[in-house]
Amino acid sequence: MRKLKDDVLLCLIYLAAFFAEFLLIGILVYVFVKGFPHISLHFLTTVTSVLEGTVGIAGNLVNTIYMVVLTLVIAVPVGIGSAVYLNEYARPGKMVRLIEFTTQTLSGIPSIIFGLFGMVFFGVTLGLGYSILTGAFTLSLMVLPLITRNTQEALKTVPESYRSGAIGMGAGKWYVIRTILLPSAMPGIMTGIVLAVGRILGESAALLFTAGSGYFLPRSLGGWFHKMVESGGTLTIQLYLSMEKAQYDIAFGIAAVLLCMVFCMNLLTGLLSNKLGDTTDGRG
Amino acid sequence: MSQSKISTDKLNLYYGAKHALKDITIKIRSNTVTALIGPSGCGKSTFLRSLNRMNELTDGVRMEGKVYLDGEDIYGPKMDVTRLRKRVGMVFQQPNPFPMSIYDNIAYGPKVHGVKNKEKLDEIVERSLKQAAIWEEVENQLSKTALGLSGGQKQRLCIARALAVEPEVLLMDEPTSALDPVSTLKVEELISRLKSQYTIVIVTHNMQQAARVSDDTAFFLMGEMVEFDTTARLFVHPADKRTQEYVTGKFG
Ligand SMILES: Nc1ncnc2c1ncn2[C@@H]1O[C@H](COP(=O)(O)OP(=O)(O)OP(=O)(O)O)[C@@H](O)[C@H]1O
Ligand SMILES: [Mg+2]
Repeated sequence: MRKLKDDVLLCLIYLAAFFAEFLLIGILVYVFVKGFPHISLHFLTTVTSVLEGTVGIAGNLVNTIYMVVLTLVIAVPVGIGSAVYLNEYARPGKMVRLIEFTTQTLSGIPSIIFGLFGMVFFGVTLGLGYSILTGAFTLSLMVLPLITRNTQEALKTVPESYRSGAIGMGAGKWYVIRTILLPSAMPGIMTGIVLAVGRILGESAALLFTAGSGYFLPRSLGGWFHKMVESGGTLTIQLYLSMEKAQYDIAFGIAAVLLCMVFCMNLLTGLLSNKLGDTTDGRG
Repeated sequence: MSQSKISTDKLNLYYGAKHALKDITIKIRSNTVTALIGPSGCGKSTFLRSLNRMNELTDGVRMEGKVYLDGEDIYGPKMDVTRLRKRVGMVFQQPNPFPMSIYDNIAYGPKVHGVKNKEKLDEIVERSLKQAAIWEEVENQLSKTALGLSGGQKQRLCIARALAVEPEVLLMDEPTSALDPVSTLKVEELISRLKSQYTIVIVTHNMQQAARVSDDTAFFLMGEMVEFDTTARLFVHPADKRTQEYVTGKFG
């Protein structure tokens, strides 16, 4: 009887796993099959223009890269910094628990609320308007908890004996953090960053009213800098807009490109964390 | 008795309300091995940590009394903690190599204290590993992670790491309690060899070990230092009844 119950349960678990896997692969295949025919060099390297009669996502690709890089540039140092503060400097107590609780809550807030706040605060109050920078600031708030939490969890697992060992040799706190704690926490930090990039790539609601939907490429060298304070829609925003206009071909094309990006990023971080793991073993 | 390297004067230490060390006054001789023995919780580790100010890392610790290193008050305003911990090194109960290569583990301390020159570091690494009698075992894998070593090797690596900054005093808190008998003997042999150059204070639960490696022994009980004498006398003719009971295994 016991045996039968186990078998049935096992069967159900397999079924659930199979179903989940099947669903995932199904969606991937579907998107790729529908999207790939629309991906061409032309599609990737030109900008949509009515005058020239072109359809392309080059501008959105560039915007996406800007958005990811800018957001990470803001959120990663702040996130790691606050994790280090919470775990290594702050005295454990009510305050720390309050901050931890807040960051946790922050990650559960619907992204449109971040969008609303970002639009009003960064866009209007700080006067950044519809711009990639406004979007990046907004997204930074959103991904901050991911980076802080993952870094903090990683720091918590670093054995106390590393700290006392290093301090016992006369190393200062910051030196220990730099040479031992952060390298040990690297996998956790990487996880946080990967999750953050995933979030940035997939975000639409928080960006629509902060970064807007511009899709042009800069025309001069200075334009590449100025781009940060110009409106710029990421691929996901463009995907959303294309769907709205019932341009499903373009939408699937973009979707396939996005999936490729996610895939590449996962590969890259896999390689990167392997490499980082190696260097901590290295001599010198 | 020869000149004292470390001495304490009426050292009292409290963890909050808990009185963990009571009026400890001791003179630790230069170039000797001093063993600290006593039942669990009597304050041996606490005492050891107060000799290089590691207790400061613990919240709620309060201290009274003095600790001198070569006559200098180590809790005095002129004492630089970084310098102090360079002069008074520490080896822990659980071997705790850092998650980096064997080479980097040894070079860690010297780097903390400002050694940057590659040749100098190479030289220090080789010297320290040889001093800790582990050079032959690891010379071909210096760039491999230290976490892959055996427990005994790890502990000797930690000793080498502590030696790399050329300390004057080595504090060892039950350095062999996590090791197998062969590794234990290796570490003990090492300790005997090192005492010509260093002053060593070692906490141990193992009476035979204390008798084997130490010149002087201090017996602690519930935060008090009951007896302090040469190891030979303390084990054979203890002055205090409690010491006798402890060293003969009647309690603890
Ligand atoms: N961080 C701390 N906070 C509060 N009390 C502590 C702390 N560390 C140690 N104590 C207490 O101080 C006393 C002495 O502890 P200590 O670790 O020095 O003993 P020990 O002799 O090293 O014991 P063992 O042989 O088990 O290692 C114990 O009663 C212990 O409970
Ligand atoms: Mg102890």
